[in-house]
Amino acid sequence: MEPAAIHEELKSRFGDAVMEFREGNGDPFIVVNGSHLLEIAAYLKEAQGLHFDSLMCLSSVDYGENYAVVYHLYSMQHKRRVVLKVYVEKADPRITSVQSVWKAANWHEREAYDLMGIRFEGHPDLSRILLPEDWPGHPLRKDYVFPEEYDGIPCHRE
Amino acid sequence: MRKMINEMPGNVLFTTVDQFLNWGRFSSLWYLLFALACCGIELMQAGGPRTDLDRFGAMFRATPRQSDLMIVAGTLTYKMASRLKLLYHQMPEPKYVISMGSCANCGGLFQLGYSVVEGVDLIIPVDVYVPGCPPRPEALAEGIIKLQELIKKEKYLVKDN
Repeated sequence: MEPAAIHEELKSRFGDAVMEFREGNGDPFIVVNGSHLLEIAAYLKEAQGLHFDSLMCLSSVDYGENYAVVYHLYSMQHKRRVVLKVYVEKADPRITSVQSVWKAANWHEREAYDLMGIRFEGHPDLSRILLPEDWPGHPLRKDYVFPEEYDGIPCHRE
Repeated sequence: MRKMINEMPGNVLFTTVDQFLNWGRFSSLWYLLFALACCGIELMQAGGPRTDLDRFGAMFRATPRQSDLMIVAGTLTYKMASRLKLLYHQMPEPKYVISMGSCANCGGLFQLGYSVVEGVDLIIPVDVYVPGCPPRPEALAEGIIKLQELIKKEKYLVKDN
């Protein structure tokens, strides 16, 4: 089943929660409403003929006006891949955790929280994974302001 | 005095106390392994048979308590900086630091990154900087020889004005 066909199937099942299907230079992707993400994720994993049992990558993007969380899924059984994208508003970036569907999401979501500041609701331990616990801000955001000093160490050299 | 010297069975060498202390110190520069990145691989090479830092009396120690010299080899992040400071303070005096490679000298390739300290000399005093990315083992050996020359000039018993 091609990504376009998967989009059709999701659309018929979840209606408006599944938004447009886009093909560009990279992988074609399906835009999904964040409020129904967990049901769609569970369906993609369990449904007959889909079996997307592997979350290859979970990443976050800063588009300026909003953020996006991107899910690269792979089906070991059918040797197929599909990409889901969820847009998150910039003022309060919150999204449901898919940790209960794919265990692999646990550390990926912590990384996205650490570097982009997206809060994954329902995550068992949403703490920083790479940076120190007391690091100010989320450095991969486009509007990130570098601190003047950290822990008494100047961050700029004269 | 002459009688005493003539009665001694072995050879007698005359030197100053400072020179004698410095001879002991520069001939046994035990260095703390502080390999943070790819420079660490070159540091291991320098300890291997081809460059053989052992011939300068320099050998690696895995604990700061037995080390005289800290070779900071690699990229220092802010998260690692507090550990570096702690290990430096655990070393007994007199202690020396060699900053090995571009990253340790000034942040190197990663100096515009949000997580990389722009040089270990912002945290601890550095005696010798070894340039290179990474420096060859010969360059590190040169750095150790330069440090030995610095140690030879030190004065412990005379106040240096």
